[in-house]
Amino acid sequence: MTLDPATWLYPTPKGLYCEPGDFYIDPSRPVEKAVITHGHADHARPGNTSVMATRQTIDIMQVRYGERAGDTLQAVDYGETISINGVDVGMAPAGHILGAAQVILDWQGYRAVVSGDYKRAADPTCADFEVVKCDLFITEATFGLPVFVHENAATEAARLVASLAASPQRTHLLGVYGLGKCQRMISLVRAAGYARPIYLHGALQGLCDYYTSQGVELGELRPVADEAPETLQGELVLCPPSAIADRWSRRMSDPLTAFASGWMRVRARARQRGAELPIIVSDHADWPELLQTISDVEAGEIWVTHGREDALLHQISNMSLKGRALALVGFEDEGE
Amino acid sequence: MHAFAELMNRLAFTSSRNAKLELMQAYFRTTPDPDRGIALAALTDGLNLRLPFRRLVAELLEPHVDPVLYKLSRDYVGDTAETVSLLWPVHKAQAPVPSLSEIYQTLQSLKRTDAGPVLSGWLDALDANGRWALLKLVTGGLRIGVSARLAKTAIAQAFGHDVADVEEIWHSIELPYENLFAWLEGRSEKPDPGDTPVFRPVMLAHPLEDGDLEKLEPSEWVTEWKWDGIRVQLAGNGSDLRLYSRTGDDISKAFPDIADAFLGFHGVADGELLVMRDGHIAPFNDLQQRLNRKTVSAAMVKNYPAHIRFYDLLFSGSQDIRTRDFTARREHLEDLLAANVFSRASVSEVIEFKTFDDLTVLRDGARDANIEGLMLKRIASAYLAGRPRGHWFKWKRDALTADCVMMYAQRGSGKRSSFYSDYTFGAWRTGEDGEQELVPVGKAYSGFTDAELKKLDKFVRDNTTDRFGPVRAVKPELVFEVAFDAVQPSTRHKSGIAMRFPRIHRIRWDKPAGEADHLDTLLKLIA
Repeated sequence: MTLDPATWLYPTPKGLYCEPGDFYIDPSRPVEKAVITHGHADHARPGNTSVMATRQTIDIMQVRYGERAGDTLQAVDYGETISINGVDVGMAPAGHILGAAQVILDWQGYRAVVSGDYKRAADPTCADFEVVKCDLFITEATFGLPVFVHENAATEAARLVASLAASPQRTHLLGVYGLGKCQRMISLVRAAGYARPIYLHGALQGLCDYYTSQGVELGELRPVADEAPETLQGELVLCPPSAIADRWSRRMSDPLTAFASGWMRVRARARQRGAELPIIVSDHADWPELLQTISDVEAGEIWVTHGREDALLHQISNMSLKGRALALVGFEDEGE
Repeated sequence: MHAFAELMNRLAFTSSRNAKLELMQAYFRTTPDPDRGIALAALTDGLNLRLPFRRLVAELLEPHVDPVLYKLSRDYVGDTAETVSLLWPVHKAQAPVPSLSEIYQTLQSLKRTDAGPVLSGWLDALDANGRWALLKLVTGGLRIGVSARLAKTAIAQAFGHDVADVEEIWHSIELPYENLFAWLEGRSEKPDPGDTPVFRPVMLAHPLEDGDLEKLEPSEWVTEWKWDGIRVQLAGNGSDLRLYSRTGDDISKAFPDIADAFLGFHGVADGELLVMRDGHIAPFNDLQQRLNRKTVSAAMVKNYPAHIRFYDLLFSGSQDIRTRDFTARREHLEDLLAANVFSRASVSEVIEFKTFDDLTVLRDGARDANIEGLMLKRIASAYLAGRPRGHWFKWKRDALTADCVMMYAQRGSGKRSSFYSDYTFGAWRTGEDGEQELVPVGKAYSGFTDAELKKLDKFVRDNTTDRFGPVRAVKPELVFEVAFDAVQPSTRHKSGIAMRFPRIHRIRWDKPAGEADHLDTLLKLIA
């Protein structure tokens, strides 16, 4: 008989804890030993003593936190396995952002996969999601409602480029999450044929530089800094979503506000954001991708972490699988 | 259908008038007939489909979606048509996307029993935005913040014409408006409205500003009361009769009492629509009960009887007299109304005056709630379309004011999206616990300069106590002197009142919030 995974892998106030390995995955508070799935701030927090993650996730943590990224930083490649107190820990691409990994835990013949955040749709700025067959799959549920079906990202980027051409007197202000979404949107509009310089809010520069150093082509990027409003007229400007509502955006002439996010699928959410041009592009799995993945990994048990778990758990029971809501603290589903 | 869906989608998220006009202009320039004509009808509320699709759509979706998931989705999305558009199962092999005119043609002759399969077929062929636009179209509620007049302005400007030219023929042309587009594009003559009682562009007044009066010669002007109703135009050819709003919307169906009263009317007249009981004008609030309705009940007509107080005559019979002066037009108006026995009609009297000082006395003495102020009209002026300078002035009574306290601030949109520019303010009342509490009495987003807006925005950011999405609650510390035209009773607001046209008159940085007005003061102002 198989051991109930909940006896050795369970949520605690500090985050998901692997007892035999004595480490936490994406802890919400500083811990001794942390395994990190990806660089987003709600998953990778500063102040842990030792950190294990992919090379790129560690780089991103250093760009963001400098010294506070952790005392000991251990890089693990996709496909590589490290043994921690008898638990084999491996990494597989999650397709979420650059460096994002699913953490594979093998203990006493039982395999658990902690997927972190993931998506299945193609993204030229990171490695494609890899299906890892397992006994327990821990999934996110950010877009765990059947209304969330993301549009084709290339088509959405083409809409943005078309709007730039149709309204050349308006500065197009695109609100994006600084890590991942920003670089993916730049890469998408480049692929859609947009060759002009793209202007960046100061907060986005560092990570764009990092992506470029990792071989992701972003074309010419310029800081908004103190550009005159006339210079920015008709240009594409990227900034964190919060900057659009902030005093920072006042320098733009007649701005057209766009947001790139999976939340833009639902009109009330887009309106609440004040989006004039909602762009439905997400780095999280949409509903069909969640179901596809749950079926692909062939796990007997599915745990659902942050997001809309009610609907997904209902669906999991419809699929005759064992599902459980994992109440983990500290994850934000709004940041997307 | 794709271009139309994209237009609907963009319009739904666009708040600036100019940006909306641009989107529509691009659509009308690039979309062929007859699709653009159908779109124009949809935007001007002239499609009249309103089929009972709402229930049908839910029935069609049922076999495809788990009821629990449907309910969770509907709760999250908050709109049935949108939920269905998002949950509709996507088929890999897509059917050809129908054109807007194909959809319209099919719906015209659709049997109830065929409606299900036909609608399913379309939903299968469309993407999520297309499904949303289709469902909004067939259920008759686009709700994208575009008025009929704005759509007409867009088609006129798209082809370099004036909206007044479009309005003049609008009610004589029919869907899909091919002759309209042919004329706009310079391919044919302007359509001739013939005998149809069409809408004629209205003449509007400028507000009288400081220093204007001194430049005028009293003997060249007449004055009359500015009645507090809605400006309308009555157009009839002896058999057919239409009542138009100031913006050219046909509101005849909502006013059958007017249609009956003016049987046989031949001409085009300008006046104020009022509710009148036993020779007395009822408060504006009574008239409001009858506005924005597609149809009207017998009880409504009986309880809120409509009446027109006439100002002017544009056509006497089929004779265009707009180029004649005020006195000549007024004689025609009085003759026309004297010769016929129209009930529910009166002429707005011309008030005698010698000097502008007399007028000031008149204006200040007017305490009747149904009078908004005075109108000044130049005797020699023709009846001109639009708002020409130097012909008509409106001289409103001084607004009412009250000192209120800012309670909430909401971010604006477009240019104001980084500013907290929409303010909800309250007045004091004694709460159940005997303590003084603020209750919201109105909302305003105008009346201050850009420099003041910056200061207000800073105040909001520095004094935030709570956040609800784009709204912030603020410490009750800042007093606004709010100007408004009237106070009306309201069951929709906690305070029990609603202000008419509230705007910020002055910002009282100096005044302690505790000294702002009490709700009782406002209740006493109810007309």
